[in-house]
Amino acid sequence: MLRVIVRRLLQLVVTLIGLSLLVFVWLRNLPGGPIEALLGERATPERRALLVKALGYDQPILVQYAKFMQRLLTGDFGNSIRSGDPVTEVIGRAFPATIELAAAAMIIAIGLGVPLGYLAARHRGRLLDNMSIAGTLLGISIPIFFLGYLLKDVFTQNMHWFPPSGRMSTGVDNTEVTGFFVLDGLLTREFDASADALWHLILPALTLATIPLAVIVRITRASVLDVLNEDFVRTAEAKGLRHKTIRGRHILRNALLPVVTTIGLQTGALLSGAVLTERVYNWGGLGTLIYNSISGGRDYPVLQALILLAALVFVVVNLLVDLSYAFIDPRVRVR
Amino acid sequence: MSLLDVRDLSVVFQRRGERPFTAVDKVSFSVEPGQTVGLVGESGCGKSVTSLAIMGLLPRRGNKVTGEVNFDGADLLKLRPDDMRDRRGRDIGMIFQDPLSSLNPVVPIGVQVAEVLERHRGMDRKVAMKEARELLDAVGIPDPMRRLKEYPHQISGGMRQRALIAIALACKPRLLIADEPTTALDVTIQAQILTLLKQLVDETGTALIMITHDLGVVAGLCDTVNVLYGGKVVERAERHELFARPRHPYTHGLLNSVPRLDSPRGERLHAIRGSVADNIPWVEGCAFAPRCDNVVDACLEGTPPLEPTATGGDLRCNNPVSEEVAVP
Ligand SMILES: Nc1ncnc2c1ncn2[C@@H]1O[C@H](COP(=O)(O)OP(=O)(O)OP(=O)(O)O)[C@@H](O)[C@H]1O
Ligand code: SF4
Ligand SMILES: [Mg+2]
Repeated sequence: MLRVIVRRLLQLVVTLIGLSLLVFVWLRNLPGGPIEALLGERATPERRALLVKALGYDQPILVQYAKFMQRLLTGDFGNSIRSGDPVTEVIGRAFPATIELAAAAMIIAIGLGVPLGYLAARHRGRLLDNMSIAGTLLGISIPIFFLGYLLKDVFTQNMHWFPPSGRMSTGVDNTEVTGFFVLDGLLTREFDASADALWHLILPALTLATIPLAVIVRITRASVLDVLNEDFVRTAEAKGLRHKTIRGRHILRNALLPVVTTIGLQTGALLSGAVLTERVYNWGGLGTLIYNSISGGRDYPVLQALILLAALVFVVVNLLVDLSYAFIDPRVRVR
Repeated sequence: MSLLDVRDLSVVFQRRGERPFTAVDKVSFSVEPGQTVGLVGESGCGKSVTSLAIMGLLPRRGNKVTGEVNFDGADLLKLRPDDMRDRRGRDIGMIFQDPLSSLNPVVPIGVQVAEVLERHRGMDRKVAMKEARELLDAVGIPDPMRRLKEYPHQISGGMRQRALIAIALACKPRLLIADEPTTALDVTIQAQILTLLKQLVDETGTALIMITHDLGVVAGLCDTVNVLYGGKVVERAERHELFARPRHPYTHGLLNSVPRLDSPRGERLHAIRGSVADNIPWVEGCAFAPRCDNVVDACLEGTPPLEPTATGGDLRCNNPVSEEVAVP
């Protein structure tokens, strides 16, 4: 088990180094760039040259990369070109917002998706099953942007059930501990702040959850259908076990293996969904930061760090998936 | 009174857009306490469907089960699903053909034995595990303490079937149904498992329904044998009677196709000609007619009835093999 983890971490390091080089080269070859953004289109060549030199962009790209890596090893990601703040700080501010949003979305997707998929499989071919098939098709194909604005329109403008945007109402007193607002409120016993944050969280989380929810329902349904045909389910029935035992220990424990893999992949894919969702609800997390760093004149240092962070999250999530796989399936453990 | 009395049991599969298919056709037989009864016949004759119908384990949809399954004074087919669930595993145990796929791959053997004790005998996990250890020991699994924590893929095929036998017998049921329990095993292991089953049913007084297509298994184990063909019982006889004087041409053919130690060297085995695919529907005559050497006109004029024989058995045939020439 330990060997697997160590091997995966080594793979991670290699992946990140390769990826960082790719990203580094790629970003610097994109049209447009921070110089134009900072100085405007009509800056004099002298001023441009000065700034290029100051930022080190006149050196060969590999030299730039080497310097970047050197600083990286000391934990220094450089400063944002847009704001001048250290990149770690800029990202640190936005990180909890996105994690909170993504975690809420995954809780919704898993919490609803697995039971729904199970029920659909058990009622195969009947109304509930057909509804879930139609629903998941819709969930997968509807564009997030569209769904986001639709929900926002209906539930905030028309019904006024939820606040339209942001993570917290103005004037709510909250103390930041972790940066996860719902959690912070609970930790500091400021429950009204928690409730307010939760209230803001629901619509964006639902929006972000649609695709993973639809995928999880489908995979769970297919997987449960497979397991229902297995001989050991018949054995469990022949033992006269209770429904509850058969469902949990015999059907779901086996059916969840592919679902866990899906959850890992979907968590990675959440990052792209978060960019759109955060735009719609003005969420102020990493998605917003990515958007601003690209459209507001290529903020190389921030973008670089963001892409590496995304890769890191992806790999770590999949490592967790593999570990939980080994936990659920003893046949994996011995290998 | 019989422990189990199956009366006119029929199972008709009906899928949307398909013709109804009668897999089990008015099958009747009974099992006395402690008795071992064989259900014999070739693949597809309805052995498994019969046993699943008795257990109430057929799919909930797509089939119609009629007749009676009287067990211990109650018709199992009329029980509420929850009452049947209480009886399965407690009053009737069952073991299946493929021991690997019949065990849950992600649950330790110990838990798979213990859960049935927890369910029906109200034990908590700790007590149930202790009992499970003794059960594994009783079915001849070496080092049972270690096996409790192991998973099905970590033990051999023979041991898996032993574990399944331990599970089926955990609550000391009065009836055990074994559906081809040795077919998936090596020949040497087959003999061990059969010996074990025989020993266990003798010791505990459990009645056994032995389902098999292998007459060798029947010879060593069964008191009474029911031969099934195309979903119907075609011959029923006490074991010695059946082996000494098979009356139905199908039974006769089955016996002749079994290699015998005492048959003259070089003599060819007589396989039954044709295959199940040649069957005609019972309503048009005897389903076996297209493959039968004894066929007479009456055989194509409606289902031959099942009638008692002079030796206390039952026979469904218009022109049975004569008693003298029965076995070479
Ligand atoms: N769920 C089902 N739906 C439709 N037909 C079925 C179903 N289960 C079994 N059958 C059919 O019923 C017939 C009897 O099947 P059964 O499994 O009882 O045969 P068997 O005697 O146990 O044969 P084997 O030796 O191969 O196990 C077969 O023709 C089979 O195709
Ligand atoms: S009834 Fe006729 S066809 Fe059928 S087994 Fe007997 S002799 Fe053969
Ligand atoms: Mg069968």
